[in-house]
Amino acid sequence: MFPSAFSYVAPNTLDETYELLEQYGDDAKVLAGGQSLLPMMKLRLAAPGMLVDIGQVPHLATQHESPDALRIGALTRHAILDSKQFDRYPLLSQTAPWIADPLVRNRGTMGGSLAHADPAADWGATLLALKASVQLASHERQRLVALHDFFVDVYTTALEPQELLTEIIVPAPLADSLVFGHYFKLERKVGDFAVVGVAVTASLTDDGTVSEAGIGLAAMGSIPLAAKKAAALLIGHRLTPELIKEVAQVAAQEGDPQSDRRGSEEYKRSMVRVYVQRGLAQIHQEWQVANQSIA
Amino acid sequence: MAMEATESRPLGKAIKRKEDPRFIRRQGRYLDDIVLPGMLYMALARSPYAHARIKNIRLDEAYKVLGVKAILTGADLEKMNLSWMPTLAGDRQMVLATGKVLFQYQEVAAVVAETRAAAEDAVQRIEVDYQPLDAVVDPYAAMKPDAPLLREDREQKDNHIFHWEVGDREGTENTLASSPIVVKEFIRMPRVHPAPVEPCGCIADYQKSTGKMTWYVTSQAPHAHRTVLAMVSGLPEHMIHVISPDIGGGFGNKVPVYPGYVCSIVLSLQLGRPVKWIETRTENIATTNFARDYHMTAEIGATEEGIVTGLKVITIADHGAFDAAADPSKFPAGLFSIVTGSYNFPIAFAEVDGVYTNKAPGGVAYRCSFRVTEASFLIERVMNTLALRLNLDPVELRRRNFIQPDQFPYQSPLGWTYDSGNYDLTLDKALELVGYEKLREEQAERRARGELVGIGISTFTEIVGAGPSNTFDILGIKMFDSCEIRIHPTGKAIARLGARHQGQGHETTFAQVIAEELGLTTADVLIEEGDTDTAPYGLGTYASRSTPTAGGAAALAARRIRQKAIQIAAHLLEVSADDVEWNGEKFVTKGLESRGVGMGEVALAAYTNLPQGMEPGLEATYYYDPPNLTFPNGAYIAVVSIDRGTGQVAVERFVAVDDCGTVINPMVVDGQIHGGLTEGFGIAFMQEIAFDEDGNNLAPNFMEYLVPTAVEAPHWETGRTVTPSPHHPIGAKGVGESPNVGSPAAFVNAVVDALSPYGVTNLEIPLFPWKVWNVLREHGLTL
Amino acid sequence: MEHRNANESSLVTVVINGETRQAMTEPRTLLAYFIRENLGMTGTHVGCDTTSCGACTVLMDGVPVKSCTVLAVQADHHALMTVEGLESIGGLHPLQQAFWDNHGLQCGFCTPGMLMTSTALLRDHPEPTETEVRHAISGNLCRCTGYVNIVKAIVNASQKMASEPAEV
Ligand SMILES: Cc1cc2nc3c(=O)[nH]c(=O)nc-3n(C[C@H](O)[C@H](O)[C@H](O)COP(=O)(O)OP(=O)(O)OC[C@H]3O[C@@H](n4cnc5c(N)ncnc54)[C@H](O)[C@@H]3O)c2cc1C
Ligand code: FES
Ligand code: FES
Repeated sequence: MFPSAFSYVAPNTLDETYELLEQYGDDAKVLAGGQSLLPMMKLRLAAPGMLVDIGQVPHLATQHESPDALRIGALTRHAILDSKQFDRYPLLSQTAPWIADPLVRNRGTMGGSLAHADPAADWGATLLALKASVQLASHERQRLVALHDFFVDVYTTALEPQELLTEIIVPAPLADSLVFGHYFKLERKVGDFAVVGVAVTASLTDDGTVSEAGIGLAAMGSIPLAAKKAAALLIGHRLTPELIKEVAQVAAQEGDPQSDRRGSEEYKRSMVRVYVQRGLAQIHQEWQVANQSIA
Repeated sequence: MAMEATESRPLGKAIKRKEDPRFIRRQGRYLDDIVLPGMLYMALARSPYAHARIKNIRLDEAYKVLGVKAILTGADLEKMNLSWMPTLAGDRQMVLATGKVLFQYQEVAAVVAETRAAAEDAVQRIEVDYQPLDAVVDPYAAMKPDAPLLREDREQKDNHIFHWEVGDREGTENTLASSPIVVKEFIRMPRVHPAPVEPCGCIADYQKSTGKMTWYVTSQAPHAHRTVLAMVSGLPEHMIHVISPDIGGGFGNKVPVYPGYVCSIVLSLQLGRPVKWIETRTENIATTNFARDYHMTAEIGATEEGIVTGLKVITIADHGAFDAAADPSKFPAGLFSIVTGSYNFPIAFAEVDGVYTNKAPGGVAYRCSFRVTEASFLIERVMNTLALRLNLDPVELRRRNFIQPDQFPYQSPLGWTYDSGNYDLTLDKALELVGYEKLREEQAERRARGELVGIGISTFTEIVGAGPSNTFDILGIKMFDSCEIRIHPTGKAIARLGARHQGQGHETTFAQVIAEELGLTTADVLIEEGDTDTAPYGLGTYASRSTPTAGGAAALAARRIRQKAIQIAAHLLEVSADDVEWNGEKFVTKGLESRGVGMGEVALAAYTNLPQGMEPGLEATYYYDPPNLTFPNGAYIAVVSIDRGTGQVAVERFVAVDDCGTVINPMVVDGQIHGGLTEGFGIAFMQEIAFDEDGNNLAPNFMEYLVPTAVEAPHWETGRTVTPSPHHPIGAKGVGESPNVGSPAAFVNAVVDALSPYGVTNLEIPLFPWKVWNVLREHGLTL
Repeated sequence: MEHRNANESSLVTVVINGETRQAMTEPRTLLAYFIRENLGMTGTHVGCDTTSCGACTVLMDGVPVKSCTVLAVQADHHALMTVEGLESIGGLHPLQQAFWDNHGLQCGFCTPGMLMTSTALLRDHPEPTETEVRHAISGNLCRCTGYVNIVKAIVNASQKMASEPAEV
């Protein structure tokens, strides 16, 4: 219940942060919302010698919307995305309320969630569906890494010890389409990590053709995954019941879930199928409603 | 709407709780809030293995941690003859492991240090060499002749603990053999944990100068703990002062004595300083007493018309590494023999075999009166199977077999005398509240649309209030309870009881009982519990026993006060005592209601103006030995639907009608029922401590041991019937546990009902979505 | 740049319930223990080790957080509110009153956390529905009440606060 002793430092600027990370290397850990790191330290599953609290570094908790992207500061708390609506990114506010519980959401951050790389985390699935990238920065360099290259393994990412994740960049949907998004999570209770999480997003043109689509999966492998084959099948087609069914079936075969106390491999695959199907059907329905109101 | 404590004639009224102002202001005092000068903190080193030999323990690195004062191992305790302690079940349990460890997280060493963090730092630096042994996890495997022997300390060289049986084996088997219908079902109640939000803990404060041990402990039974401590430690009992402060929930978890308690006491004795030990949540769930782990096979015989003919139950009870069950001593399987439930079984037989496995020791009565939850779940589930077999509505089957009102006092085939009940009446009320006929119609319509909708019934009978001294004792101490009342000169009262509440509202409800008897208001009566130096001896609060036992003592102590008071009243009214009567509010002259005196005037006179020769003062103590137990009952109806895509079950409605006899405070009773139903829901759908094949605990914290939040918890609809207990002084029966005892079967019966058209009769709890989905898949019902 | 060494105590200053308080503590001290042990305010409880139960909920800069999963040093120079700060000279906070009136507590151990979460809820959403209340308190576990009367109390308090805003 009481973490091992560590030193604590709270830099005021990015430069100071980079310097500290450079200096302390593996022994240091970035402290963001603390909602994954501190629980592990309390159980002594982690015992870093130094915590670098980035809470006082300015501008890390902002969100900027431009025509071509939404840039989300790494320190943006889950709760912000629960309450703030970004109309062109509906999947974000659909996902946020499913993360942990309201109190954890008040502290936990999007950057921390991605850096922690829990395969069952919700942001991973959603941001993969949205084809997001992350900005990684150190004294030496800045690099933009696509999220699908960022996740390496369970709790392992492309982050080097001296690097900080500063921003999440979500590309804007195509301007001439309506964009929809839904997040489905099978949890055993509030506060449970996903048994299976499925993020579904699609942009539909005036005639209902899918112009862009993304499907993200949580807890379906050792890292958060994008069901790329399934999403690709949607492009250029309308959401007919047959197509929806096919896409759902293909999505269910992507990923590599393990049988465990939360369900068998077969069960988890079926949940992906059911949720992708429900998500796309719902999107189709919403598009119809939106289209009618426009007409 | 809740009423103020100044209401007169308070019995049966929804009086606002007197304890609440301190809790909502945070002036309550829970164990961890207590800080004593010079206090040290203790932490325990625990085994990572479920079964292993201890080769060596090295403490040098641990001792190097700044602030460490002492480290205790099993070897140290052995020298004091304290490495083992007796359990309430008559077995013994290791305090700190010697030789080998028998379950994961078992206590291996105790560190005491100036701060909690230092104690934990040192624990981490204790090095233990273990030689892992094969673990026995499955109780059936434990009974095999070639199973590894777990308890080498016993003379008996196998893993069998006890065999207990009751009823007529041969007669029951013959009856079943000749019954036209026999249904058989295997029902498992998995291992669960009460997990109150406040974990267990204690502070042992031994003063070398006075020789007095003050022991602050999260205890549901402070007097029993004092006596056990005296027996184990050799300290004179009058030099042990047990204080059980405000308790953050118990549900059975805070009845037993745990190794951490003993270690902190030993360390305080050694160091002469207060030693605090507070378990972490992981320690709480992984080591302090679990509940259930009952593996039951039942057969019910019946006629073609659905009249039950006999019941046979065979059970394997997994007690873990030590039999630390907190049952009355003569009842190794608790009150499991209530298993014939609300039904008129002419003959029955039940047996339970206890076995050791490499799991944490137990088990306790988790919001339950000693294995009554197991019994009720079993009978209510198997009656459901019988209804399916007979193709009878479960309501109809129950009606055909209920014990009838004119059969009370009813002699059950397994030896109990049920006090009272009107089962049809309770069931009628529940059916009416839920709108049963209409529900069945809706169900048919929805089924026709392909929906999976189920209605589940549970009409259980509980057995609470242990218990009469001729049968019930714990380590020889009879299970009475007690109350001492003192009326002050100004007519206000203080009452102390041997019970110890943990949220049940005794400070209000017992004040209501006493106030009602004495013509006072609830506000006039201060209730104190939990301090063994002041309270009279009692066996504590668990198993819904407080109202049946201490509540009875309170009423009778008050009546004893009235016996003396009537003499004083007569003196004040200047008539003979024979001419005075109690009209419910005051003493009046017979036939002359207007001439009367209240308890206030009498109290003053007791100290100022007594009849010649009368002993001054107005006090009474009553040790109440109940003549029988009480038998609350209830009728619960659950309505569920199943998501065919995911296997998730939604509880659409739940109606609970309880009969707990006389109601002292309906608001408090409803609160108890809401809480118990939510626990029953957790048991049915999510709470389970599972193990892997090596005996690793897979749910040692709240991330994996799942308890419901406000989002999962269904909305509860409650109702009640009142059939007073004929033998209890105020007719009350106790209620805290009925909802937890009765509801799991209602949930499962509802899910089974939803699937019964497809031939499903049985499902294993907890009903995680994947389990339900597997069944859907088996029957081609998935989407 | 703020730098604090392992195993060394340094000063942490907070404004708690409107009052400035200071104490020396190690970097590893969790805020819940800082409040309970360094500041001696034991209304904030600890009920788990996995950030699951919410018994430790306090408001940090007005936001309800689990104080067992925040470092005391992170709260340096921040404003805190605990259950001790709810009651004013005018009397009980409407939420405290409503918990009492509606039997919204049994053992009382979860109550301070429930009160803090619902204080923030009613500030941000003065008229929550029952469902909104249930979601808002889903990070706070109660093992006694089955939540029914807690939800009732919060809804009841919101109605009272709406009709008698002066009391707040
Ligand atoms: C009870 C509970 C339930 C939860 N349930 C869920 C759930 O259902 N779904 C879910 O997705 N999550 C869940 N979480 C996790 C929660 O979302 C965390 O907030 C999140 O995973 C981590 O974010 P953080 O800001 O708290 O990171 P921290 O705990 O501060 O850090 C996590 C890790 O990331 C590193 N890190 C953080 N920020 C950066 C950065 N900017 N650059 C480089 N490295 C960084 C840290 O060094 C650390 O290793 C739960 C947590 C709890 C306590
Ligand atoms: S103590 Fe349980 S969440 Fe903080
Ligand atoms: S009142 Fe006991 S935990 Fe909520």
